[in-house]
Amino acid sequence: MTHEHFDAIVVGAGPSGNAAAYTMAQRGLKVLQIERGEYAGSKNVQGAILYSDALERIIPDFREEAPLERHVIEQRIWMMDDSGHTGMHHRSDDYNEQKPNRYTIIRAQFDKWFNRCVREIGVTVLCETTVTGLIADEHRRIIGVQTDRDGDGIFADVVVLAEGVNGLIGQRSGLRKELRPEDVALAVKEMHFLPQDVIDARFNLRGEEGVVIEAMGTVTDGMIGTAFLYTNRESISVGVGCLVSEFAKSGEATPHGILDRFKAHPSVRALLEGAEIKEYAAHLIPEGGYRAVPDLVGDGWIVVGDAGHFVNAVHREGSNLAMTTGRIAGETIANVLGSCLACTRDNLQAYVTQLQETFVMKDMKKYKNVPRMLEHGGHNIMDIYPRLLNRSAQTWFRVDGRDKKSKESEILRSARQARGLTGLLGDAFRLARAWR
Amino acid sequence: MQIFVCIKQVPDSGQIRVHPVTNTIMRQGVPTIINPYDLFGLEQALRLRDRFGGEVTVMTMGPPMAVDSLRKALTFGADRGVLLTDRVFAGSDTLATSYALSYLIRKAGETWGAPDIVFCGKQTIDGDTAQVGPGIARRLGLSQLTYVSGIDDMDLTDRQILVRRRGDHGVQVLRSRLPVMVTMMEGSNEIRRGTQADALRAARAEIVQWNAATVGISDTSLCGLRGSPTVVKKVFAPTARDEKAEMISTEGISPSGMAEALVDQIFSRQPGLRDDLFRQAAGH
Ligand SMILES: Cc1cc2nc3c(=O)[nH]c(=O)nc-3n(C[C@H](O)[C@H](O)[C@H](O)COP(=O)(O)OP(=O)(O)OC[C@H]3O[C@@H](n4cnc5c(N)ncnc54)[C@H](O)[C@@H]3O)c2cc1C
Ligand SMILES: Cc1cc2nc3c(=O)[nH]c(=O)nc-3n(C[C@H](O)[C@H](O)[C@H](O)COP(=O)(O)OP(=O)(O)OC[C@H]3O[C@@H](n4cnc5c(N)ncnc54)[C@H](O)[C@@H]3O)c2cc1C
Repeated sequence: MTHEHFDAIVVGAGPSGNAAAYTMAQRGLKVLQIERGEYAGSKNVQGAILYSDALERIIPDFREEAPLERHVIEQRIWMMDDSGHTGMHHRSDDYNEQKPNRYTIIRAQFDKWFNRCVREIGVTVLCETTVTGLIADEHRRIIGVQTDRDGDGIFADVVVLAEGVNGLIGQRSGLRKELRPEDVALAVKEMHFLPQDVIDARFNLRGEEGVVIEAMGTVTDGMIGTAFLYTNRESISVGVGCLVSEFAKSGEATPHGILDRFKAHPSVRALLEGAEIKEYAAHLIPEGGYRAVPDLVGDGWIVVGDAGHFVNAVHREGSNLAMTTGRIAGETIANVLGSCLACTRDNLQAYVTQLQETFVMKDMKKYKNVPRMLEHGGHNIMDIYPRLLNRSAQTWFRVDGRDKKSKESEILRSARQARGLTGLLGDAFRLARAWR
Repeated sequence: MQIFVCIKQVPDSGQIRVHPVTNTIMRQGVPTIINPYDLFGLEQALRLRDRFGGEVTVMTMGPPMAVDSLRKALTFGADRGVLLTDRVFAGSDTLATSYALSYLIRKAGETWGAPDIVFCGKQTIDGDTAQVGPGIARRLGLSQLTYVSGIDDMDLTDRQILVRRRGDHGVQVLRSRLPVMVTMMEGSNEIRRGTQADALRAARAEIVQWNAATVGISDTSLCGLRGSPTVVKKVFAPTARDEKAEMISTEGISPSGMAEALVDQIFSRQPGLRDDLFRQAAGH
């Protein structure tokens, strides 16, 4: 029996794998995609923000068919202490535009839709099939994959590793190192169902408008992490995430413990009141930044999306980096094979070169020092400053017979007490440097 | 040998939500699955094919998205899938469903050879009526073997089949003449995991799609809502009982300790029961 041969095999049907598979099939390649979940999206964490731009470059008219929940017209950023929050709200009617820039989506539905587009453009998709290993030839060139179903290997010119954050296949084949606990966050997320009109009223929304809340502060117990809340059409996604190393250090804190605390917080409680929890999911997020990016290409293989550690944790962007890396990898492979060349490390290097020119690598580089800064000053940012900010706000806004000037000095004094002048300056310096 | 397996795409009942305000079922976004009971028929069909040769055709009547279920059935190893889909079938009750399916089966028989066995599930998890299988059998003149727990033997030259059937008071062993309509009991087997070749073939297979006219239905007044005498009188969510279940902790307690705790609990709730039981015991 002759083995079946494909131009490319894509491992995984998340945003990065779908983008890669779609791009290659669109350019006429014979593509096989393998997903271990029952369907694309079945393994993916529910509720997320979709950034239109990255998808538009792959499927320009996605808005006509994709399952979108609400477009985001308001962003709230909160610094929380135990009894409240201080923050910034940004809302604009300009976001009610013809082609909105950000949407809330439900990943299980969205990924399924994206994967249907992938099938329709001609990719052969195997679900409920796990890739168990890569097949290499005598020159250590990757030439195919092994799956957990009975049968021989399946072969291809190139394997696209879009397997997500764990990167087990790449790791097992010695293409990359194991993840470090400091480089990944563990996130938990729940969906809370509420009727649409209740959500509209609670968040001051009309029609398809949506809100995103991102919060940090004492809810994470000083651990480096954030909490979030997004409005979907008839549900609210809430979640928290903290670095795995922080949980290990704490020993006591659990992800769902922190999530429970966030949900019970006075600023959040009323927003969720009366909702019915349906889904609960936990997932890892690669947050090690630029320095944690593994080798991206080799002979017969290329890495995209979370597997390549492409997440901008500061801006909570992941799926757009996944789609962009998937698309550019797909274009690179199509170019290489289209020029009748082999998918060698050297020829695939064009992918990395091109990524350098996009926001993906530029942003990854911009924030490359953030993980280190957090490792050293994280506790202050997550705990001391939120408390300080909220206390200062109270001092400022309470009308109690004291003059404003003394209030100003009290605020300054408490800041100095909390961190010391050198500490304050140091934090400001580190923050500025990490941001640069 | 030709085996037809009828499958129905149903909402995954584990993931259905009831609207907190209106109490209606929210179907939107609920994943669909193959009716679990139908998989026992499918596996039995695949085993017979592996032993006696022939083909397994899976078929369903439903909306266009039901092709997903058929493709999934091919992943398990079925040879072909046929979808009967047409607007005229919308709103079918069991009478209209079995009417449509009997035409589908007849047409499939003309196309690939008349079926020796038609498998159906015992019942569905959404309609639960267990009427469609018998409805098909009656319309096509097939012998009817419901609640079958195993097929012991089959003879294709004598055209006979020997099955075990779960009856009210035990197991019946029945011999019948082919062709038959069989509904399989749950737990009678376990659906296999298809091979890599099955999965690849399923991913690329063309699902045959027919409409009312293709299968030869000319009288659409017997289809869909028009052909369905069943009317839904009322939909309601049962009110929750005030009484909550009491839990007895099992941690660090021996089985006899648990039994005692349980008995104590019952006697404390039903004070007269203890005396009644003692009296009865004394009387014997
Ligand atoms: C709680 C949480 C909230 C997030 N919120 C946002 C957000 O709001 N906006 C945003 O842009 N990003 C968000 N992200 C990040 C975003 O989810 C990821 O960056 C994105 O999903 C990466 O896409 P991917 O295709 O690389 O990987 P994934 O989406 O993880 O997909 C990988 C796929 O590969 C499959 N797979 C893995 N191994 C194998 C194997 N061996 N064989 C076959 N298949 C395999 C998996 O089943 C999976 O379907 C969030 C992440 C989390 C955890
Ligand atoms: C009181 C009541 C009211 C209803 N009202 C409506 C209504 O208004 N609108 C509406 O759309 N539905 C309605 N239904 C549902 C509809 O009657 C059934 O879903 C449908 O007729 C099939 O019956 P069933 O699910 O009980 O199947 P069963 O008889 O339990 O199924 C037995 C087997 O038959 C086969 N089978 C059943 N259906 C199919 C199919 N479509 N394709 C292939 N094989 C199949 C399968 O092998 C299945 O395991 C109603 C059901 C009830 C009980």
